[in-house]
Amino acid sequence: MLELKNITKKFGSRTILNKLNLTIPDQEILAIVGPSGAGKTTLLRCLSGLEKVDSGQFLWNNQEFDPTEPSKDNQITGVVFQSYELFHNLTIIDNITLAPKLVLKEDNSKALQTAKQLLHYLDLTGKEELYPYQLSGGQKQRVAIARALAMKPQILCYDEPTSALDPALRTKVGEIPKSVKSFYNSKTIIR
Amino acid sequence: MNYIISIMPSLLSGAKMTLILFLWTLIISIPLGIIVSLGLISHFKIIRAILKFYIWIMRGTPLLLQLIFIFYGLPIIDIIFQRYNAALFAFILNYTAYFAEIFRGGFQSVPIGQYESAHVLQLTKWQALQHIIIPQVSKIVIPSIGNEVINLVKDTSLVYVIGLGELLRAGNVATARDVTLVPLVLVGIIYLLMTGIASFILKKIEHSYSKWK
Repeated sequence: MLELKNITKKFGSRTILNKLNLTIPDQEILAIVGPSGAGKTTLLRCLSGLEKVDSGQFLWNNQEFDPTEPSKDNQITGVVFQSYELFHNLTIIDNITLAPKLVLKEDNSKALQTAKQLLHYLDLTGKEELYPYQLSGGQKQRVAIARALAMKPQILCYDEPTSALDPALRTKVGEIPKSVKSFYNSKTIIR
Repeated sequence: MNYIISIMPSLLSGAKMTLILFLWTLIISIPLGIIVSLGLISHFKIIRAILKFYIWIMRGTPLLLQLIFIFYGLPIIDIIFQRYNAALFAFILNYTAYFAEIFRGGFQSVPIGQYESAHVLQLTKWQALQHIIIPQVSKIVIPSIGNEVINLVKDTSLVYVIGLGELLRAGNVATARDVTLVPLVLVGIIYLLMTGIASFILKKIEHSYSKWK
């Protein structure tokens, strides 16, 4: 269970998040909607440790944690960025296996095996040796999901999951969080 | 033809000095340039100010003047260099400044999202640099580095001013002694060969980065 208590985030004199409280039970998919500028991305950036909050607490199963100082034994958040941000210089398979190998110290064969399962699950088999520029938007997005999931996060944060996609892909990608949930027991946050 | 063969040894030994200076300058300045560029984009104001000042001096004055200053000027304050060391020191200082500016531009043109995704995947700063950022920066900077590399081949001719025998000086000596332009034509050909080989290698390196965009 994830709890946010009194989270406040300011940029200069502008208060973006003001004493935000939020509880998300396990296995829940939460969609955060709001007008642009409401602070949806800021919330995800704080939760994933890209921004430091000015005050407030993050609790995971009643244990306080600091998203900006992640511990490698227990990766709490994984992020799929709005623009995916795959590593341009690495093949698809290397994009997915890099962090498990370097951070989780998985050996090559195990990391490869997990990555291939994820790729198969997300309908990307055969794309292993391609580079990101060779994929379509929807494919890149699924690689970004696979890359985040390979780190076995407890929560998957998903920024604007359908904004960059055409209507047909939108429906397809909309299904992914649900199926990902059944694959991994991760809790999913979408904004 | 006999004449050409007779002056080749002195030209080649000059070319050897040119090559040695060239290689050592590159080997030392490129890594130093990367380090200085990291300082230029760091959060430490004082470091940034010092490095900016250094780059301003190095890019704002002629390399020839820097050479003269290091070899003839520094002994006044009891810093004495051998001719070769003075030349190498001046080239490294000068080229590090140029390389640092090129790498700074390179680091800043890698999208911020690449740093952020490395961060959320919990890569350390060093791992992110090594696996993601430096390869991407390299691809961006290779054409500009290539320009500087070619300039460096030709800039080595400046060391004549502190009395080091390099290629151009060897050619000059032979021209003055034998009253013929042949040595200088040969010098030109040798420079062309060296820059040609450098361009070829650079093109190969550039090509090896072309499989991703």
